Amino acid sequence: MNSIEVSNLTKKFGSFTSVNDISFSVGKGEIFGFLGANGAGKSTTIKMLCGILEPTSGDAMVSGFSISKDPESVKRNIGYMSQKFSLYGDLTVNENLNFFGGIYGLKNERLKERKSWALKISGLENKENTLTSTLSVGYKQRLALGAAVMHEPKIVFLDEPTGGVDPISRRKFWDLIHDISESGTTVFVTTHYLDEAEFCNRIILINAGILIASGSPAELKKEYIDNTVLEITCRETFAVIEKLIPEDFTQSVSAFGNSIHLILKSKFSPQDEELKIIKERIRKLTGDIGEVKIEIIVPSLEDVFLNLLEKRE
Amino acid sequence: MLRRIFSITVKEFRQIFRDKRSLLIIFLLPVSLLVLFGYAINLDVNNIRLGVFDRDNSVSSRKFLRGLESSEYFTITESIKNDDEVNNLLNRGKIDAAIIIPHNFEKDIMTGTDVGIQFLVDGVDASTGGIIQNYLVAATSEFNFKITQEQLSQKGIKANPPLNPQVQFWYNKDLNSTLYFIPGLVAMILIIISVILTAISLVREKEFSTIEQIRVSPVTSFQLIIGKIIPYLILSMLIAASILFMGNILFGVVVKGSYIDLFLGTVCYLLATLSLGIFVSTIADSQQVAFQISQLISQLPSVILSGFIFPIESMPYAIQLLSNITPSKFYIIILRNILIKGTGLSVFIDQVYYLLIFSAVFIIISTIRIKRQEMM
Repeated sequence: MNSIEVSNLTKKFGSFTSVNDISFSVGKGEIFGFLGANGAGKSTTIKMLCGILEPTSGDAMVSGFSISKDPESVKRNIGYMSQKFSLYGDLTVNENLNFFGGIYGLKNERLKERKSWALKISGLENKENTLTSTLSVGYKQRLALGAAVMHEPKIVFLDEPTGGVDPISRRKFWDLIHDISESGTTVFVTTHYLDEAEFCNRIILINAGILIASGSPAELKKEYIDNTVLEITCRETFAVIEKLIPEDFTQSVSAFGNSIHLILKSKFSPQDEELKIIKERIRKLTGDIGEVKIEIIVPSLEDVFLNLLEKRE
Repeated sequence: MLRRIFSITVKEFRQIFRDKRSLLIIFLLPVSLLVLFGYAINLDVNNIRLGVFDRDNSVSSRKFLRGLESSEYFTITESIKNDDEVNNLLNRGKIDAAIIIPHNFEKDIMTGTDVGIQFLVDGVDASTGGIIQNYLVAATSEFNFKITQEQLSQKGIKANPPLNPQVQFWYNKDLNSTLYFIPGLVAMILIIISVILTAISLVREKEFSTIEQIRVSPVTSFQLIIGKIIPYLILSMLIAASILFMGNILFGVVVKGSYIDLFLGTVCYLLATLSLGIFVSTIADSQQVAFQISQLISQLPSVILSGFIFPIESMPYAIQLLSNITPSKFYIIILRNILIKGTGLSVFIDQVYYLLIFSAVFIIISTIRIKRQEMM
């Protein structure tokens, strides 16, 4: 049985449709990435899946319970953590865990056991009596995750859990997510960081409330970018992009920092004559702007999504 | 369910006691309000300063004045020589009232002619002016009565007045106004502090978005409200006890009725004020706004509309109806009954019902509002 089964979920606020008829399913123990720009409808979807916002139409089964008919049972079976680290700064680590354990009905031995587990995974053993406000963001984040899964929910929702955290802490956090998923908990995570999305088993992308792609990172890359991708490193990237857009070999083109990612209209092997010709044409096009480096690259998820979103526009 | 409420209550207590400085303020503020208001609000009128312009200067006129002075209310501070001086002294506020005794005071009394005696009372403060008037009229009729008796007995008639009023003040024997104000003061202090405390504690959860975590948990909004009310109910009960204790030490307030009634009445009142505080938290989004709304809706009505200082019976009908919006009105009645009259629960049971209904209404409204408010 799937952990989450979403069917034709729609949420309207007045005349504005925030989530438009999306359907997907999440398997048990999966790390499921939920991607989309700000305002794409991610938070609205999460709120509905957590049972705190009623859908306008459609429904979802979360851990076997309908979010519209039985939100209270949904709440008992999920954990939730957001980037805001909803811990009490004026309480100690131990007091925070007592509170979150308590509202999920943990007591006595089980509470003790789960508390020491949460302390272990957040690396806060022997720091039970530290005031939470004095912890660094990375620790707070792991403590918040520990608190969110203390009651061993079947599913945990993480709403942009790594916002504003340094790369090392992010890495540690993702290790933790893997551990949790391995123990059988389904992890539903939203993120801005596309490199993080690579860690997910499966991903869906929504834009303006509409689901536009789903699959594993490898599937997505294969499905949406089968063609050769060139990375062009040069100066005046924006001027060059302007020039590349009308060319007949261009499928799509986008800026990536100091370089340009150009998706071609077909697939070439590196030794292909035609590819050499294209490379020459690009060099000519760029004209006299100094050194231009052209390389074939493996597309990233970012390429996939930019490509998809550009198509939409 | 109980475990969830208990967890919230315990957490709340920990937060309250963590911040020792705020805790100190929570207890010191009510006591200092009590001292300030208790001494400032005093409507007792005594030591009325009299100016006397005795144009007759006779045995009778001096007898009349001695009669006035023998009461504890009047002191003759000025002896006036002419009309201008009367004006002058009243204008400058040197005296509260002037008495002008006419030339033929004694003679007219003897001959049984109508005697006009003039009292000029400073009426700027209408209520004090009214009280002075009453005292003067009372003193005058006493004098009249004596004179009549004397005159009749000279004629050999044994005079017995048909009516002899015997007024006794019950409950507040000395008509001590501080004692009368204490219930209102207690009600006002309690409503201010309890509404502010609960409103801020819930809005703080909104500001730090900790409430989000509670909303996605199995805790219902009703459980959240009850979990929040319990710690502040206990805290406010302690504050109430400390105010009454200080009231006893400073103003001699004693509990004439039963302590159980007092406990019950106070619990009901605090339930009402705390649910009002919870309601405020559902309309305010920042602690600052919550503080201001709390103060506005708790302090103003409980000073003006509750009957604390201004008797509700003398308000226009529309305002009398409006006065029902503040739970203070009902608690003041309960407290006056318990503290001053010493009457039992049956006398103020209606007020207790009102407070319970008030609490229920606001808890229900708040529960629905919290449920409806989406996680932002």
